[in-house]
Amino acid sequence: MLALFYIFIGIAIGVSFWQITRILNLRGVIATDEDNAKQGKYSLVFMAFLYAMMVYCLIFMNVLMLPESASIEGEHDDNLFNITFWLIGIVQFVMQFIIFYFTFKYKGNKNRKAKFYADSHKLEVIWTVTPAIVLAFLIGYGLWQWNDVMDLSDDKDAIVIEVYSQQFRWDARYAGDDNTLGLGNVNYIDINKLNTMGVDMSDPNSQDDKQVTELYLPKGRKIHFKFRSQDVLHSAYMPHFRAQMNCVPGMVTEFGFTPKFTTEEMRLNLEVIEKTNGINKIRMAKGEDPYEFDYLLLCNKICGASHYNMQMKITVVEQDEYDKWIAKRPTLASVIK
Amino acid sequence: MSDHHHKETFVTKYIFSQDHKMISKQFLVTGMFMGIIGVLMSMLFRMQIAWPEQSFSIFEAFLGPHQTDGIMNPDIYLALVTIHGTIMVFFVLTAGLSGTFSNLLIPLQIGARDMASGFLNMISYWLFFVSSVVMVISLFVEAGPASAGWTIYPPLSALPQAIPGSGAGMTLWLVSMAIFIASSLIGSLNYIVTVLNLRTKGMKMTRLPLTMWAFFVTAIIGVVSFPVLLSAALLLIFDRSFGTSFYLSDIFISGEVLHYQGGSPVLFEHLFWFLGHPEVYIVLLPALGITSEIISTHSRKPIFGYRAMIGSILAIAFLSTIVWGHHMFISGMNPFLGSVFTFTTLLIAIPSAVKAFNYITTLWKGNLQLNPAMLFSIGLVSTFVTGGLTGLVLGDSALDINIHDTYFVVAHFHLVMGVSAIFGMYAGVYHWFPKMYGRMMNKTLGYWHFWITIVCAYGVFWPMHFIGLAGLPRRYYTNTNFPMFDDLLQINVVITIFALVGGIAQIIFIANFFISIYRGQKATQNPWNSNTLEWTTPVEHIHGNWPGMIPEVHRWPYDYSKRVDPNDDNSDYLHGKDFVLQTTPLLENEEVS
Ligand code: HEM
Ligand SMILES: [Cu+2]
Ligand SMILES: [Cu+2]
Repeated sequence: MLALFYIFIGIAIGVSFWQITRILNLRGVIATDEDNAKQGKYSLVFMAFLYAMMVYCLIFMNVLMLPESASIEGEHDDNLFNITFWLIGIVQFVMQFIIFYFTFKYKGNKNRKAKFYADSHKLEVIWTVTPAIVLAFLIGYGLWQWNDVMDLSDDKDAIVIEVYSQQFRWDARYAGDDNTLGLGNVNYIDINKLNTMGVDMSDPNSQDDKQVTELYLPKGRKIHFKFRSQDVLHSAYMPHFRAQMNCVPGMVTEFGFTPKFTTEEMRLNLEVIEKTNGINKIRMAKGEDPYEFDYLLLCNKICGASHYNMQMKITVVEQDEYDKWIAKRPTLASVIK
Repeated sequence: MSDHHHKETFVTKYIFSQDHKMISKQFLVTGMFMGIIGVLMSMLFRMQIAWPEQSFSIFEAFLGPHQTDGIMNPDIYLALVTIHGTIMVFFVLTAGLSGTFSNLLIPLQIGARDMASGFLNMISYWLFFVSSVVMVISLFVEAGPASAGWTIYPPLSALPQAIPGSGAGMTLWLVSMAIFIASSLIGSLNYIVTVLNLRTKGMKMTRLPLTMWAFFVTAIIGVVSFPVLLSAALLLIFDRSFGTSFYLSDIFISGEVLHYQGGSPVLFEHLFWFLGHPEVYIVLLPALGITSEIISTHSRKPIFGYRAMIGSILAIAFLSTIVWGHHMFISGMNPFLGSVFTFTTLLIAIPSAVKAFNYITTLWKGNLQLNPAMLFSIGLVSTFVTGGLTGLVLGDSALDINIHDTYFVVAHFHLVMGVSAIFGMYAGVYHWFPKMYGRMMNKTLGYWHFWITIVCAYGVFWPMHFIGLAGLPRRYYTNTNFPMFDDLLQINVVITIFALVGGIAQIIFIANFFISIYRGQKATQNPWNSNTLEWTTPVEHIHGNWPGMIPEVHRWPYDYSKRVDPNDDNSDYLHGKDFVLQTTPLLENEEVS
C-alpha cells in the first residue's frame, strides 16, 4: 500500500509539472465548442466513477457497519435510519445523474440556443411542497423516537448506574440494593482513601454503592445511566446500543436503554461473525491475536492527548449471572475507610 | 470619495490601499496562503491516520519538537486538526471567500465607485492580516498550538493541565480570533451599508445579481452572530486568566480540586454554536451566490426562479440562527430543546432543496459553456446535494445520538460546506480573474485542476461516511487500540491517498494563478459575455471604477438568450445577441421577468 502511495504521489507531481510547463505554449482561455464536447464527455465519465464508487461502498462496506441494535430502544433508530437512508440514497442517485447528465446533454455549441426559461410558479411550488411533506414524516417519526428514548421518568425499576469519566479512563458505580446513588462531588475525592469518584460517604445511600471498572448489564432490564466527569468534557459512546451522552463536569447527564442480546448471543449474530472474521483475517496477516466481539464504551468528545484510548468493556449477561456478579462486588463502605 | 485623483505611492497603492479592488486581491492572496497551511496540515494528519505511528521524514521536517524520530505525537495530532479546522473555516472560507468577492464585486455589481468607507475597508483587511499572523505565530509556541478542536470547548480549552495546547497556544488562538472577529464585523458593516446606500440609479434590490443578495445577507448573518462568539471568547479569557467561573465547575485535575464553582460548559456550547452554525452559512451563501451567477452566465440562461432564490437565501439566513442546538443534542441539554432544534433543522432543508432544484433547472436546455468556472459551479451543486442529504440524518436528533462526533459528521460537513464552498471560491476565481488582474487564466490547467479535485474530494469524503457509520469517532490520533476498527484501516489508507493527491494537485491551481497574473492572455472587457455591471468597467483598474458617469441600470441581470418573442424559442435574440447588459434600456412593451 505504501508503495502504491508513493507511486500516486509521484504521478501527481509529475502531471503537475508536465502541465505547468505546457502552459507556456497553451494560451487557450475560453471554452470552445470542442472543449464543451470534451468536458461534456468527461462529465459522463466522472458520473460513471461516482456511481461505481457509491455502489461499491454501499455494497462492500456493508459488512463493516455496526451490527443490528443491541438495545430495544435502538430498534426504532435502525428503522428510522434505514428509511432515511433509502430515501436520501434514491434522491442522491437521481440528482447526481441529472446534474452530470445535463452537463453532457446541454453542452454548448454554436448552433444551440438556450431556452429562455426564467420562472415557473408551478415547479417552485412542487419542489417546496414535496420536501416539506417528506420532511414532515421524518420529523414526526424522529421526534416520536427521540422522546421515547430520552424519557426516563417511567422506569421505576430500572437499574441505576453511574458512569464516571476522567482523563483518560472510565469507572462505574452501581447503586446497590437501594438502587439509589449516593451523592458525589469532586471535593470528596481522596485518592489515599481510594475514594476516586468523589462519593460523599456521609450519605447513607452511598454505603451500598459498588465501584467497578467494567460494566455488566443484565439482558432485558432497563438501565438508567447517570454520567459525571471530573475534569473535561467526555462523551460516553456505546455504538452497539445506539447510545451516547456527554459527560459534563459540574452536572449529571442521563441516558437509558434496555440490552437486548447478551454478549454471547451477539457473538453468534451473523453480521457480527462476518465482521469478526474479516477483522481476524487482517489481524492474522499481521501476526496479531484474534479478536473477539465485545460491547464497548468509547470516549467520543475530544478530551486530551489520550482521547483515542479511553474505553471500557461492557458485558451483557442473563439476569441470574448478573445477580451473581453484582453480589460479589464489594460495597463502597467496605472499600473506602 | 475617490473621484479626485490622489497621488499614489507604492505604499498607498499596494499596501495600505483603500481601493476595494486591491483590498480584494489582498484578501485572496492571504486566504490562499492560509489555505496552503490548512491543506498541508490535513495531509499530515491524514498520513498519521493511514499509517499510524509510522515514522516519516516529512514529520521530522514539519513537526519540530512535536515528533519523536519522525513519529507524530498525539498532542500535535489534535493541534493539527484544530488549526486545520480553524484556518479552513475562518481564514480561508470566511475572510478568503467573503473578503475577496464581497470587496471585489459589491461596488462593481451595484454600480458604486468604492465601498462606503474605503478606510474601514483597509482596516478590515489589516486586522485580518494581523489575526493571520498571530494564528501562524501560535503554531510555534513551545507547548504547541491550540488543540481543543476548532470548537474549543472548555474545560479542555481552559486548562493547560488538561492539554498543553491550552496554554500560550490557546491564548494566541483567542487573541487571533478576537482580532479576526473585529475585522469581519467592520467588513460586514461596510458591505451592508454599501449595498443599501450606494446602488446606482435603477439598481433596485430586485435587480441585484444573486451574488449581491448572497453577500448582503451573509454580512447580516455575520453581524448578528460574530459578536456572540466574541463574547463567548471573552468569557473564556476571563475564566482562563482572571479566575471567573462562567464555564467551569467542580473540576479535579492533576491531583487537586480547582476553585471554579457554578459555571457550565454547556453555556459555552450554546454561545459557540450560536455563531458556529450561522458560520457554515456565512461560508456557504457567498459560494452559492457566486454559483448562481456563474451557472446562469455560462448556461446562457436566466437563473431559474430568481425570486425563489432570494426567498430561500432569506429563509436560510433566518433559520440558520435558530438551529444551533443540533450540534448539542447529546450535550446534556433538555431533550425538549432537542425536539425544537430537530424541527427547525429539518425545515432548513426546504429552502436548500429549492436552491438545488433551481440550479438544475437552470442547466436544463441551456447552452452550457463548460469553462473551469462553470465546472466548479456544477461540482458545487453536486457536493452540496451529497452533503446536504446526509444532513437529514444528522439533523434528526434520534439518529444523531449514534453518529454524533463520528467520521460521518466529518464527511457531511466537508462535502456540504467545505468542498462546496471551496468549489464556489475556485469558480469565482476562474470567473473573475480577468476582472481582478486584467488577464485570463489558462483553461487546460483549469480542467485538470477541476477533475482531479472533484475525484479526490469524493474519494476522500464518500467512503468517510461509512467508517463513521461503523462507529469510528473523529479526533482519534490512531484507531489501533480498538480491534473493532481494524477492518477500517484499508479504507483510511485509500482516503489518505486521495487526500494527498488532491492536496498536491492544488499546485496546478496555484501555478496557473500566479503565472497568469504575469503571463496570462490579456483579457477583453467582457470575456464571458455577461450582463452584470462589473463588465462595463475598463480592464485596467482605475479609481472610481468607471471613467465617466456610473451607468444606469434598466433591467435585471439575467436576460440571457432572451428572444424577441419570449414565448417562441425560435425567434431571434433580443438585440441580436444572447445577452443583454443590465445597462441596456428596456424596449417598449418588453416583458420583464
Ligand atoms: C484538503 C482537503 C481536506 C481534507 C483531506 C480534510 C480532512 C479532514 C479530516 C480527516 C478531519 C477530521 C480529523 C479528525 O476528526 O480526527 C478534518 C477536520 C476538519 N476539517 Fe478538514 N479536510 C480538508 C479540507 C477542509 C475544508 C475545505 C474545510 C472547510 C470547511 C475543512 C474544515 C474542517 C473542520 C472544521 C474540521 C474539524 C476540526 C476539528 O475537529 O476541530 N477541511 N478535516
Ligand atoms: Cu475522554
Ligand atoms: Cu450546524
